[in-house]
Formats: sequence, structure tokens, C-alpha cells
Amino acid sequence: MDNFFKQAWAGLRILLALTVVCGVLYPLAVWGVSRIPGLHANAEATDTTLVAVVRTGDKYFVPRPSAATLPASGGSNKGELNEDYTKIVAQRRTEIAQREGVPENAVPQDAVTASASGLDPDISPEYAEIQVPRVARASGLSAEKVRELVKANTGGTFTTTVNVTALNRAIDAVS
Amino acid sequence: MSPLVAGLVQVGVLIVALALAYRPLGDYMARVFQAEKHSRLELAIYRIGRIEPNAEQKWSTYAYGVLGFSFVGIVFLYVIQRVQAFLPFDFGRGNVPEGMAFNTAISFVTNTNWQSYVPEAVMGHTVQMIGLTVQNFVSAAVGLAVAIALVRGFVRSQTDRLGNFWVDLVRGTIRILLPLAFVFAIVLIALGVTMSLKSGVDVDGQTIANAPVASQEAIKELGTNGGGVLNANSAHPFENPNEWSNLIEIFLLLVIPVALTRTFGQLMGNKKQGYVLLGVMGLIWSAMLAVVWAAEANGIRPLEGKELRFGVPASALFANSTTGTSTGAVNSLHDSFTGLGGGGALLNMLFGEMTPGGVGTGLYSILVMAIIAMFLAGLMVGRTPEYLGKKLGRKEVTAAAVSILAMPTVLLIGAGIAAILPSTRGALNNPGSHGLSEILYAYASASNNNGSAFAGITVTNDWFQSSLGLCMLFGRFIPIIAVLALAGSLAAQKKVPVTAGTLPTTGPLFATLLTGSIVLVAALTFVPALALGPIAEALL
Repeated sequence: MDNFFKQAWAGLRILLALTVVCGVLYPLAVWGVSRIPGLHANAEATDTTLVAVVRTGDKYFVPRPSAATLPASGGSNKGELNEDYTKIVAQRRTEIAQREGVPENAVPQDAVTASASGLDPDISPEYAEIQVPRVARASGLSAEKVRELVKANTGGTFTTTVNVTALNRAIDAVS
Repeated sequence: MSPLVAGLVQVGVLIVALALAYRPLGDYMARVFQAEKHSRLELAIYRIGRIEPNAEQKWSTYAYGVLGFSFVGIVFLYVIQRVQAFLPFDFGRGNVPEGMAFNTAISFVTNTNWQSYVPEAVMGHTVQMIGLTVQNFVSAAVGLAVAIALVRGFVRSQTDRLGNFWVDLVRGTIRILLPLAFVFAIVLIALGVTMSLKSGVDVDGQTIANAPVASQEAIKELGTNGGGVLNANSAHPFENPNEWSNLIEIFLLLVIPVALTRTFGQLMGNKKQGYVLLGVMGLIWSAMLAVVWAAEANGIRPLEGKELRFGVPASALFANSTTGTSTGAVNSLHDSFTGLGGGGALLNMLFGEMTPGGVGTGLYSILVMAIIAMFLAGLMVGRTPEYLGKKLGRKEVTAAAVSILAMPTVLLIGAGIAAILPSTRGALNNPGSHGLSEILYAYASASNNNGSAFAGITVTNDWFQSSLGLCMLFGRFIPIIAVLALAGSLAAQKKVPVTAGTLPTTGPLFATLLTGSIVLVAALTFVPALALGPIAEALL
């Protein structure tokens, strides 16, 4: 036991020294580097398009459903055999089909499922496409113009996704 | 690109990156632990600790060092959480409740990083930095130190000295983890990860919580820790903004456990001994990736709990890597996985975290399993087993068995009691077999120091906070003590010469034996429990 306390005492001293190095100097050094122009906007998430927020009004594209309790992030954690949740998903599908005036089988998976973060900024090109007529109607833009904006905000390396946050800002800018 | 091709390209990029890092990093780590000289920063730390860096320790002193250091780590982390209200950057989040602070302190010191709290609502930036980030470094360095001590047990002969724990700890932190974490933190910021001292940011009228993410994100993956700075962990766009940051994070959580097999080969003076371990790790990792990926691609709701920018393949790749190492960070919600996909993630942990396992823990776990494999082989042919020039007698095999059996014991006791407690019912997020999987997953994650979760389960009552805390504690330190005792008795032995009767441990026969032992031990222990949880769900 003596040996344990002797080692613990040395451990406390070393822990405090390493706390200064890894817990104070290291994060502050990273923070310091993040102040340089070019990194600063990323670090502070200035005008970020990384997260989705729901915008009110028919002229905006709707992101995926969110199970998060903002400002905290999070998902539904529901398993695929959860019958109560299956009903919720079916209801979402019906509502979206009605909202967009399309048959239920035209509503893609991403439109009815909650993301892991609850902040997923992206939707599939399919989900964007069925929203185009409504957005065009409500914004007064032509469907071609809206499709053009969708295309301009479509990206991804291995996946193809449409960034709703950037897209809605583009709609604000032109309408 | 079709999802299949896109996924294969990403796996390819990942493997090429790991292959490129393998030799330089593995050799560098070997040099770090063999170097004679101390740097000035290190000498300053030794002076503060009042320790003599050139004095080597017996296995018991080394173990007391690990335990003493971890003990003060838990106390320190508990205390700063309990006085958070008095620390700057707490944003009115106040003191962390007792049970939660207890659980979190153990969680981060044991390299588990299980999170019973919602960071955005509970943890301020000060505790994140001076508490959680520090343990992200040092808990990984402790694992590394124990692995190196075990390797010294094989390398050395007729000595009772295993090295100096403080030197191994400080070098692992300062020379390996710190520089890599710093570089990759900057890379992650360049890719869009945030690094803010503010509490949140306004996005089109909605406040989204922000934090000094990048500094912790880099070491969270590199140290196979896994505790998210934000609740959604690596699924949060501020922690993992795009496909490239995602690949880098997967690379970071794999790179040290993978490269350590090279370090091991270097220190043993026979690189093939390391390659064969890597081969076994890679084989199981690949097979499990195929299972998880295929299961998720064929799910009923494949995108539930997944981010669209990652899609199914990159989510499966992350899930398989985070559970095969003891990381536990997630970029998708394993609770929403299919029965088979979630079961695969669970099974990765039940293998005992050695495919390729956590920083250090993966190497010492697979070496212990190799001892079990050689013992079984010895029984089959009726010879005293040997491994790496050391006889495996009663002491060695007992230590290996204790190390292997600690995890299943605490896991099954904990999960068994939780399953019959009436209060558990209200804590589950899903009915039926998936509910049991939530319990099993929680105890598997805690006992294996993984930290990922079927996160729908509510683990904030006193039973879960304390029982999961104890599982993390025993799951971490019983194996560590057993491994150090094993290292001590190996180091004391003479080397036995290689003869015609020695079973070579660099070929396919040994690889098969080792793979079989890993699978067999997990299967014998866990099939009954798995049958009622994920297997039942997969068959429904």
C-alpha cells in the first residue's frame, strides 16, 4: 500500500504537469493557429452551411427530419423493428407526399428518416427534385431557376448530396 | 458512383494511407521507447514528479504506477466536474451531478469515453480541455506503456526490470500523441472542424452549440478514446464535416494500433512476428466490415441514424473501425443499425478489442490471446508451450486467462443484473430483443473500454452510472495488472532456444490458431446472450 501511495503522489505531480502541456498549452496552441485568416471562419463556423436549420415558409427546401433537441445534437436511436417508430416514418411519408403533391413511393428514404446528428445539412437529389415545384410556386421563381440553384448546391466526392442550408440562402438571395 | 464502388474506393484510400504510415510510425515508436536520452521538456516533467527517469522498475512497481496515476486521474477529473460552476467557460452549465461525474471520471481515465451526459448541456469548455482532453492523451499513453512493458517481458531475459512507467507514459504522450494530434487538429480545422471558445453560433436564426472541437477531435480518434465534444459525436457536422474529414478520422483511430504491430516486430528483432498479428487483425476487421456493411445496405431503413454525406458505406466503415479498436466514437447511430449490423459492431467488442484494438491495449490483448492459442496448441500435441522464446508455464497461462476472462465476467454479471432490474424497463428506447441488445451493448462497451453505445438507452440512474463505472474500472485494470504480472514472469525467464519442435509463430498455421482462438473464446462466452439479442432480431 505504501508503494501505491508513493506512486500516486508522483502520479499527481506528473498529471498536473501533463495537464498544463496537454490541457492548456495544446488546445490554446491549436486555437491560436485557428485564428489565422483562412482557418478562422471554419473554426468559428461563421456563415456555416455545415448544419441544417428548419426555415419557415413554403419557399424553402425542407431538410431531413431531426430528432435533436437543439442546441444539442442527436438522433432517434430507433431500431428498424420498432413498430411505433415505423408508424411515425409512415406518417412522415404521407405528410411529405401531400405537401409536395407526389405519390408516396416518390418520397425517398432520406426524407423520412432522422439523421444521427439531427443537423444533417444534406438531402438527396431525389428529395430536392420533388420539392422544386412547391418552392418555385411559393418563391415566384421558375422551376428551371430553382433547379439551377439546386444544381449549384449539389456536391460530394463519394456521395451526391444537396446542401439545404446553402440552397435556402441562395433562394433568399434571388427572390 | 454507385455506393458499392464509392465504399470500396474509400476502403482502398484508407488502406493505402495506413500502409504508408505503417513503417515510419511503427519504427519511430520503437525508437521512442528505446531511446537513451530525455528531452528538456521531459526532464522538467520528471523533476516536477520527483522521479528518477533512469531507474527501472519491477513489474509490481510499474503496476502501482499505472494504478496510482489512474487513481489520481479519476479523483482530479471528478473534482473539477463537481466544481465546474466556479470554472470559466461553463456557460451556466453548473456542477456535474455526482453519479454522472463519477461515471465520466472513470470513463475517461479508463480510455472508455462512455458518455452518460449530453456535452452541450453539461460540460463546459474548461472541463473539456483540462480534464477530458488530458485524459484522452494520458489514458492512451498508459495503454501504450503497458503494451511496451509486455513486449520487454518477451525481449528481456533473467531480469526483474520492465522499464520505467513514468518515462514510458511521458514519452508516449509528448513524443507520439502530442505532435500527431497537433498536426491533425490543424488539418481537421482546414477541412471545416470548428475550434471556438464561444458556447454557440447563430445559423439562420437558430443557435447551434459550438466548442473547441478540433483539438479534442484529433486526440479523441488518435488515442482511440471516442468521447464526443458534442452529443452526436463524429456524426456532428462540426466534428466531422465531410467525407475527407471522415476518412482522416477513421485513419487516425486505426493508425497507432496498426503500426504498433510493426513496433512489436522491431523490438522483437523479427518483423514477421508483427506482420502475422497484423494479418490476423486485418482478416477479422475485413470480415466484420463485410458483415456490417452488407447488413446495413440491406436494412429496412438504412438511412435512419446516418448522415447523408457519409451514406451507408462510410458509416459501416466507421462503425466497424471504431468498435474493432476501442475507440467508440460514432459517425452514425449504432442503435438504429439492423440486427446483424449492430450485432457485428457488438461482436467486434466481444472479441476483446484486438482487431486491431485500442492504443496499446490492442497489442497486449492479442499477445495474451496468442499465449492462450499456444497453450491450446501445446495441449493438443502434449508439449510445454512456448511463445517468442519463452516457456508458457502455470504462472503465464494463469495470468493470460485472468486477463482474458475479466471482461466477460464483469460484462455478463452487469448485463444480467440490469436485465432483471424492474427500473431497466423504463430506460430502454426499443422493445423486444433490440431492448436486450441495448443492455448488452452498454455492458460490452463499458467492460471493453470502447465507449460507443446503442445510445437510445437512458443510463443516468444510479444503477447504470455505478455498475457501468465499475465495469469500466475492472475491464481496464484487471487485465492491466495481469498483463504486467505476465510481463514480470516472462522477463525473469531464460530464453529457450528454437528447436525442430518449436511451433513457428510467423506462418499461416499460427495465424489460423490465433484467429480460431479469438473467435472461439468469444463464441463460447457470448453465443447464448447474442442469441437472445441481435441474432433473434436479425432472424425476425
